Amino acid sequence: MSHRLASGGRLDRTRRLRFTFDGRSYVGHAGDTLASALMANGVRLVGRSFKYHRPRGILTAGPDEPSALVELRAGARREANMPMPVVELFDGLEAQSQNRWPSLAFDILSVNSLLSRFLPAGFYYKTFMWPAAFWEKVYEPLIRRSAGLGWAAKEADPDHYETRHAHCDVLVAGSGAAGLAAARIAAEAGARVILCEQDFELGGGLLLDPALEDWRAATVAALARQSEVTLLPRTTVFGYYDSNVLGAVERVADHLAEPPEHQPRQRYWTIRAREVVLATGAHERLIAFPGNDRPGVVLAGAALSYLRRFAVAPGKRAVVFTNNDEAYDTALALREAGVEIAAIADVRPAAVRADEARRAGIDVRSGSVVTGVGGGRDVERVTVARRNGADGESLAADLLCVSGGHSPAIELASQSRTPLDWSDAIAGFVPGQPVQRQRSAGAARGIFGVAEAASDGATAGRAAVAALGLGKTEAIALPPAVARAGTPSEPFWEVKASGKAFVDLQHDVTTEDIRLAHREGYAHIEHAKRYTTHAMATDQGKTGGLVGAAVLAEARGESIAAVGMPTYRPYASPVSFGVIAGHAVGKNFAPVRRTALHAWHVRHGARFMEAGMWMRPAYYPQPGEEKDAWLSVLREARAVRRAVGICDVSTLGKIDVQGKDAGVFLDRLYTNTFSTLPIGRARYGLMLREDGIVFDDGTTSRLADDHFFMTTTTANAARVLEHMEYHAQTVWPELDVQFCAVTDHWASMSAAGPKARLALAKAVQGLDLANAAFPFMAVGDAQVAGCPVRVFRISFSGELAYEVATPAGFAEPVWEAIMAAGAEHGITPYGVEALGLLRIEKGHVAGAELGGHTTARDLGLERMLKKNGDYVGRVLAGRPGLVAPERPRLVGLRPVDPKARLRAGSHLVAAVGDGQSLGWVTSAMPSVELDCWIGLGMLSGGEAWHDKRLFAAFPLYDEYVEVAVTHPHHVDHENARVRA
Amino acid sequence: MSRYSAFQLFVNAFTGHRSWPRAWRDPAPKPAYDVVIVGGGGHGLAAAYYLAKEHGITNVAVVEKGPIGLGNTGRNTTIVRSNYMFPQNHHFYEWSLKLWEGLEQDLNFNAMVSQRGVLGLFHSDAQRQVFARRGNSMRLSGIDAELLDRDQVRAFVPLVDLDNGRFPVMGGLLQRRGGTARHDAVAWGFARAADRRGVDIIQHCEVTGIRVAGNRVQGVETTRGFIGAKKIGLAVAGNTSRLAQMAGISLPIESHVLQAFVSESLKPMIDCVVTFGAGHFYISQSDKGGLVFGGNIDGYNSYAQRGNLPTVEHVWSAGVTMIPALSRVRVLRQWGGVMDMTMDGSPIICRTPVENLYIDGGWCYGGFKATPAAGWCHAHTIARDAPHEFNRHFTIDRFREGLMIDERGAGPSPWLQ
Amino acid sequence: MHRIDCPWCGVRDEIEFAYRGDATVKRPEAGAGVDAFYAYVYERGNPRGWHIEWWHHAAGCRQWIKVLRHTLTHEIRATAKAGDTVTAPKP
Repeated sequence: MSHRLASGGRLDRTRRLRFTFDGRSYVGHAGDTLASALMANGVRLVGRSFKYHRPRGILTAGPDEPSALVELRAGARREANMPMPVVELFDGLEAQSQNRWPSLAFDILSVNSLLSRFLPAGFYYKTFMWPAAFWEKVYEPLIRRSAGLGWAAKEADPDHYETRHAHCDVLVAGSGAAGLAAARIAAEAGARVILCEQDFELGGGLLLDPALEDWRAATVAALARQSEVTLLPRTTVFGYYDSNVLGAVERVADHLAEPPEHQPRQRYWTIRAREVVLATGAHERLIAFPGNDRPGVVLAGAALSYLRRFAVAPGKRAVVFTNNDEAYDTALALREAGVEIAAIADVRPAAVRADEARRAGIDVRSGSVVTGVGGGRDVERVTVARRNGADGESLAADLLCVSGGHSPAIELASQSRTPLDWSDAIAGFVPGQPVQRQRSAGAARGIFGVAEAASDGATAGRAAVAALGLGKTEAIALPPAVARAGTPSEPFWEVKASGKAFVDLQHDVTTEDIRLAHREGYAHIEHAKRYTTHAMATDQGKTGGLVGAAVLAEARGESIAAVGMPTYRPYASPVSFGVIAGHAVGKNFAPVRRTALHAWHVRHGARFMEAGMWMRPAYYPQPGEEKDAWLSVLREARAVRRAVGICDVSTLGKIDVQGKDAGVFLDRLYTNTFSTLPIGRARYGLMLREDGIVFDDGTTSRLADDHFFMTTTTANAARVLEHMEYHAQTVWPELDVQFCAVTDHWASMSAAGPKARLALAKAVQGLDLANAAFPFMAVGDAQVAGCPVRVFRISFSGELAYEVATPAGFAEPVWEAIMAAGAEHGITPYGVEALGLLRIEKGHVAGAELGGHTTARDLGLERMLKKNGDYVGRVLAGRPGLVAPERPRLVGLRPVDPKARLRAGSHLVAAVGDGQSLGWVTSAMPSVELDCWIGLGMLSGGEAWHDKRLFAAFPLYDEYVEVAVTHPHHVDHENARVRA
Repeated sequence: MSRYSAFQLFVNAFTGHRSWPRAWRDPAPKPAYDVVIVGGGGHGLAAAYYLAKEHGITNVAVVEKGPIGLGNTGRNTTIVRSNYMFPQNHHFYEWSLKLWEGLEQDLNFNAMVSQRGVLGLFHSDAQRQVFARRGNSMRLSGIDAELLDRDQVRAFVPLVDLDNGRFPVMGGLLQRRGGTARHDAVAWGFARAADRRGVDIIQHCEVTGIRVAGNRVQGVETTRGFIGAKKIGLAVAGNTSRLAQMAGISLPIESHVLQAFVSESLKPMIDCVVTFGAGHFYISQSDKGGLVFGGNIDGYNSYAQRGNLPTVEHVWSAGVTMIPALSRVRVLRQWGGVMDMTMDGSPIICRTPVENLYIDGGWCYGGFKATPAAGWCHAHTIARDAPHEFNRHFTIDRFREGLMIDERGAGPSPWLQ
Repeated sequence: MHRIDCPWCGVRDEIEFAYRGDATVKRPEAGAGVDAFYAYVYERGNPRGWHIEWWHHAAGCRQWIKVLRHTLTHEIRATAKAGDTVTAPKP
């Protein structure tokens, strides 16, 4: 049975769109929403409520819909809880009702409705407590299964999303009469304007009156002609943030089955607006009466929308229930469309429009209310009675249009910290004095009526233009004012009659629930909201929120103004995760940094690992090693210990420091002294935070009297630079020192091993690498393969080693030249894993030991603390807790059984089963020198334990390994090799 | 009659639930109390409850500037856990978890403590080692912890993308006894139970000053007049440094805003609490079906209870990276809470330089899970004028003494924590 | 999102900056002792109201700037170069 009117509406009737709902096929037209198309097909039962699983229909024609929610699309594109009135119909649309089993018509859990007397608000706080173990095992799984609305997709989203940053002079939210007028005024004054409209058509309420179409079309066309105006239909402004920044989501392709190729599904706009006009309209309100949730109950304004815009008659015979004049427009339009008006129940004792309607032959019952709704699953009869309950009459009707008045859509204004004022005139909250550069216009501040709203919008536009200092504004054409006698609406919230009267249709919150909350002391609006879950559903109480507040106010014996509303927070409408995440997901979640030698590593089969943002070679598997990474790591480390290896160390932070006071500055940053460092020499430096904890370490070289070259750890490069800038700019601005990060400008590689000199000498020109000429910690310039290089004789592995740095563009030729020169010595590229192994053998500390907890003393580096002179961290490092003898200190560890494995993350305990941790293992690796696992650890008492035994406990795996405590230098304790 | 049970619910159903008494009274303040607790959040109400229950001190008022439970108690992501690294912390939090485990029966109020597990994912060897150290530390102290490999993670949270293309998941540290609780109910449950033991809960009563004479507290100045007090306990998360300042005490605390989010209600998709290790993101699903999630603090001093978009973008990106199926889920609300960020990330429950003034604060973003034990320890410290073993380390002096409890190693830089 | 008027670069988004708290604390002289350094490191201002604070234009000119910002409303009233003086309005 079609409810589609023969003519009218903003549909393209030449385009037939097929769609399915719960597996049944229907047909609609271009211009339909899922709601209007189902209504046109006579479908009234579309959902089940959250708690009682009561049958629910379509209440609204917009994003304020509480009841008509569906799962839209299928598979990886499935979306739960989509309000039908905002789903644009497309060919092939698939939708499923939700929160019902086995079917919408026969839903087992509708038994909850029969049990509802046992399930009042907050019933779950009073029960499910015995026996205690039953909560997780029995009660909660049941609750979890029955709660929730729709099913989300389980797969990754096949669509993608885009982010757009925008600036404008005036952002206008909403394109009704007020928004269009404001945008037009601002545009004509030369302002850059962005106009956002959540609907797919611009016009808001103008779309419901054919008489206003000319003005709407002309105004939109005039805006479209302006090059500085951006019109964004299908775009919801969801949040109002600091500094007049607003977030919006443009639904680029949600009205299509799939986004076209290369198009995003949605686009996230961050809009920085100099001025904002909020023309977001108003939400029509429910009235609480028994049965107000029944399919067939439709808000009066929504019914008008279905008639005029979608050419659907929402029923055959209607009762209209109102406290205001606007609903009469709906009644008249319904009648004009051939819907019989059984009666209008107007709560007001008298109204001009009531008299007019009576003269037109409509049965208007003034001073009357709806006390109940009869029928099976939807509206079949409506009982209308006097306000005192007398003269009740049951009228046959399949449609009940309700209007409890209109509440300005103040979500965004409130988010921008605008205070909310109570208006008796409209019985609603309106925005007060704005705090940010913003103003509300039209229905969004309680100015109803098209002409009035347009005029108010123009005023707001002019105010924005004036605030921008753009000068004169042109007059624009406005819709003509229609003089019409009217009667003020009467605040009316609830019909007290027997039966469930809902204030929140989605969460099944009734007026009795609100009163129960009040009786139990949850009388503050926030408590009542949280106790009953009122206005916390996906619609955020847009239709019933104020009704609940009114019921609470009555229970408290106070005004609604005194009760207030819960705080409005983002989002004005729900926002999908994906659109805000944008492209920064999956492999693009974080940027990747690659060294200048990355391509070489890839060509040579390196396995990579993340080091912060960096990708570093972990190891280079050779044939036969594919199955066991240890084979590669141990081979590479052995090559360094026995011959020569080469490692890409470009990720170390590098900072070029210059200026007359560079040495003094470094003296204050590091615990040791750099101003005395000779030119052409490097020195290891230790840096503390101001609280005395070790911050970073690295070698710094002196290239000239006023020129140093610093290195930092890979992890701390950015933080060290910031730390230096803070001190140079704010603490010691008098120092003549300049510096900048050159990490990416230099590629560096470390050639290490007893044959490093032999290998390098062949490749390096212009520098004598002989021990006497270029001793440990020497620095010099040279060439390799004709490329400029800087050579540092420094070592992390503990072997004879040279670090060769070259401008990044020369990285590959230099690396290749060294590889070629070292070939006869078996030069082997080694990765971070072997590097880690070598430094553990050598007892050098790294990230695992510098975790932000350790002092220089803890690490055995107290000799690095200079006796005289200021440096960052010096004073607070002396606090008693940081010099206490019982603090854990760095030790070496070896399993007593040479075959046993040592694990980092183990704790050191005196005996198996002992719960007292004496310390922990920071790093562990198999040694290539010692033929057993070795480790470093932090141990309370430190060297007092040398040569004693403990257990490395790893209770997560039930493992205890007996270990001997040693000096942290597992190899070359005398440090002879680096000087060889 | 006032006891809650399935039976009472049944009986009341036949009288239209008209006989349920107020959950707590609404008394006018008396001129003086033995103890005044400032702050009617979970912590303050718990302190009052345990003062009455454990120490027999019932002449107690809780004064709250607004309605109870609407500060951080009503703004957090409801997680309970005790998976800390340092013994100074995990003994305390384990005691808290034990109190959570018996809370409903103790309070006769269902706070829906739900031990469905807290899982932290790791993405590198270095992270695995830190998690292992933490898990082993917990196990040595008798706290449950399990180290999961990739397959076990997949089985536990099937929607997590183990190979996200950037920071693959290598495994996770699971505490099965961790989980969530219904945050509002915690405040209400403690309030009702404290009230029944005689505690006055005084709402809409803002403290404007702390009267001190001879370095000893005399009472509090409030918007409802002076209220005398032999002892005062502060439990005013987010505003601890402001209130302490009223008594002339400077605290090593900055107030920062932390945002949290909830999605629309969905059928079950995530059973436990799961934390991304490669970005700031954690998520769980409430019994009602909403996905509750959050990330890092915004990173600037703020008392605004609302945050800004950059943090939102990072958190949601991390979310979709960890669980790609979140992409089409729609988020309903975001909000912010004001966190007392201490300079080592650990709390303060101690006596102060002013006699008979006590502080429970500095919870950073971890105060909810601590609620029962913080109240319990605060009550103990007030009643005995000495800390319990569990909160012995949570002093103000630890910073001066160099005894920071810095799990993350971020140092005195709250904006980095 | 805060929009911060960098005195070197102009108005920029918050994401370009790193934060560092109270800009009124001054690093003590080397010999000032533990209490002075304790105050410098640990006792930074935490007002609910106007706050003079360091922001580092990390993704811009890399200058540390002073920002006068309200911690309840997030209003930014003034910005200045590191060496300039900023005065908070009386509460």
